[in-house]
Amino acid sequence: MKGVAVMELAGGELICESLIEEGVDLVFGHPGGAILPLYDHLTKYPQIKHVLTRHEQGAAHAADGYARSTGKVGVCIATSGPGAINLVVGLATAYMDSTPMVAITGQVTRGAIGKDAFQETDITGITLPVTKHNYLVTKASDLPMVIKEAFHIAKTGRPGPVLIDVPRDVLQEMTPFNEYPTTIDLPGYKPVLEPNNEQIEYAVNLINKAKRPIILAGRGVQISQAEEQLVALAEKAQIPVICTLLGLGAFPGSHYLNLSLMGMHGSAFANIAVDESDLVINIGARFDDRIVGKVEEFATKAKFVHITIDPSNINQNVEAHAPVVGDAKLVLENMNPLIKSAKRTEWLKRMDQLRNKHPFFIPETDKLLPQFVIRQLWEATGGQARIVTGVGQHQMWAAQLYPTTVERGFITSGGLGTMGYEVPAAMGMQMGRPEDLVWSIAGDGGFQMTLQELATIRDEKLPVKFAIMNNSYLGMVRQWQELFYDNRYNQIDIAGPDWVKLAEAYGIHGIRVDNKENVLSAIHEANQHDGPVIVDFVVEQEGNVYPMIPAGQSVNEMVEDPDMDEKSSMVAK
Amino acid sequence: MKRIISAIVHDRPGVLNRVSSMFRRRGFNIASLAVGHSEKEGFSRMTIVVDNVEGMQADQITTQLDNVVEVVEAADITDHPTVIRETALIKVAATPSTRGQVIEILDLFSGIEVANVSTEWIIIEMTGTTEQVEAILALLEPHGIIELMRTGLIALTSN
Repeated sequence: MKGVAVMELAGGELICESLIEEGVDLVFGHPGGAILPLYDHLTKYPQIKHVLTRHEQGAAHAADGYARSTGKVGVCIATSGPGAINLVVGLATAYMDSTPMVAITGQVTRGAIGKDAFQETDITGITLPVTKHNYLVTKASDLPMVIKEAFHIAKTGRPGPVLIDVPRDVLQEMTPFNEYPTTIDLPGYKPVLEPNNEQIEYAVNLINKAKRPIILAGRGVQISQAEEQLVALAEKAQIPVICTLLGLGAFPGSHYLNLSLMGMHGSAFANIAVDESDLVINIGARFDDRIVGKVEEFATKAKFVHITIDPSNINQNVEAHAPVVGDAKLVLENMNPLIKSAKRTEWLKRMDQLRNKHPFFIPETDKLLPQFVIRQLWEATGGQARIVTGVGQHQMWAAQLYPTTVERGFITSGGLGTMGYEVPAAMGMQMGRPEDLVWSIAGDGGFQMTLQELATIRDEKLPVKFAIMNNSYLGMVRQWQELFYDNRYNQIDIAGPDWVKLAEAYGIHGIRVDNKENVLSAIHEANQHDGPVIVDFVVEQEGNVYPMIPAGQSVNEMVEDPDMDEKSSMVAK
Repeated sequence: MKRIISAIVHDRPGVLNRVSSMFRRRGFNIASLAVGHSEKEGFSRMTIVVDNVEGMQADQITTQLDNVVEVVEAADITDHPTVIRETALIKVAATPSTRGQVIEILDLFSGIEVANVSTEWIIIEMTGTTEQVEAILALLEPHGIIELMRTGLIALTSN
């Protein structure tokens, strides 16, 4: 071997080298015993910025928020045992919502595995159902290929989180390293991107013949960056577009064909339109139960075109007449030239009728309502802020009343419904979009689950603005107890700290607003403040999100706001 | 409805767990699962029989299996021409005085061997279709089945 110098690197160094090869310049994590060798090597790689979160869940959600707002793979790091387990809710959140992520966890040494060692846990076993794939690496020389595969699996097909578990002695093991692999061999992983012509033709035929078609756009549109093709399809064939909660941003909220969102708390007009339609064209959504409700009564007059990259979504909940497997952008590029231009005047007229008759509605009152705050935020930011939400009533109002016009501009935990997402995900979004205005519309319940990340936000000088909808209640739980448990309120009083003082304790600017008059000035003040801001909106305690289709029911059981009347002065369509 | 699934999977630690875990969490009920080396080195073949499959669930089984990265191929072969077999080891009570009657039953079937014998029992090894195994079990039942081990179905398509 004369003259050939083979470089020997430790496992931890191989991880850093591989991350750089994958274009990673930012990771979120929290150190601990088993992962220490990686942290030791990380100091030699200033190209990789590490953000120290205060909890591993924060690292996972931050990586998720970063990934959703940029389209890149988010990376998080944790130690073995409790550290790794703390990532789990973040992995499950990412898995349900198809977020590309790679999580690297430390593990006890190879010889200690299976012996109930200190901080040992079977994290590949635990995360099996909430990751797209996972690895336990048993020799350092496998690391480059494992990382190459992990990034490939995370970001292709239907994206998702991949976990790589690395024993401490593998992180330390020296192994020769020549170059990062350029090819991968995964015979069991071949996502179908190019659609089949027959499927396309069959779907096109249904679309061209439809009298009352509706497009249901999901997150798949954003993942494949098919926004432009979606607008082209909608405009060419004059088809109204509904977004799923995760699809918000896939179609401009300001477009005349936009019908907002549908489902349990979707607009009444969208839900009625779907009920009247003769063809539902699902692009990159999975017909989940919050959209469909009672399957037998969902869009009974319609046929279904289902465009998805994940064949397991087809016929999972709703039987598709025309399934099309493929990447949404490639499908639409193939489909659009075959679509006949159409006017569909009658159908669009009907849409206008529905919009006028069943608008989103904000009750007229002197009290401070969260709906009012969110609508003011929309007006003050021209719909241009990037929005993160928590989970619950404020999330639904934000989805209804902040129709975003920004691609990847509305991120929320839809599938898993993870309270507490709003703090660390906002941090990740701001790091992914450093130049943009990020507003986190938060609940006071969820905020208390992850508020320790305020310290991270302060340290990283992230100018995130938090609008806490502070009603001292678990609002959505209260709504369900009111409507479905005969007003038997239990365990919903969740009053937090003095939020302004809390902000100050973290060195963050805090503003309190308890009346309508000061809403706009507080939003402007926050926008102009060069740093993070918490605005504590002390809102009405009780108030329900409408419209509402109770779980497992249909549009026939939809409840609209009982207070709605013709004189309502502020109406959002 | 019963479905028979044939799958090629990587022969690696944990793969069986990935497959069975998917079946469990998606609510598919495994009636039998047989796994062993396939024709290709590094890959195993699985035959999985799933019970109580209704309507659209049938497609779900193969598409969800395909989502497991270490599953290379998965096909529902229920409606294909196939050769399907299972093996059963049956320890049946047989004393010197009843042994003759038991042997008489065995003579009615093909694919049977006496694997071991003592003064109190015979261990019978039988390979056949599920129906054949069920038939011999029914005939042996009155003599007293002490222990029974069935492999579950293994299958290959024959087209």
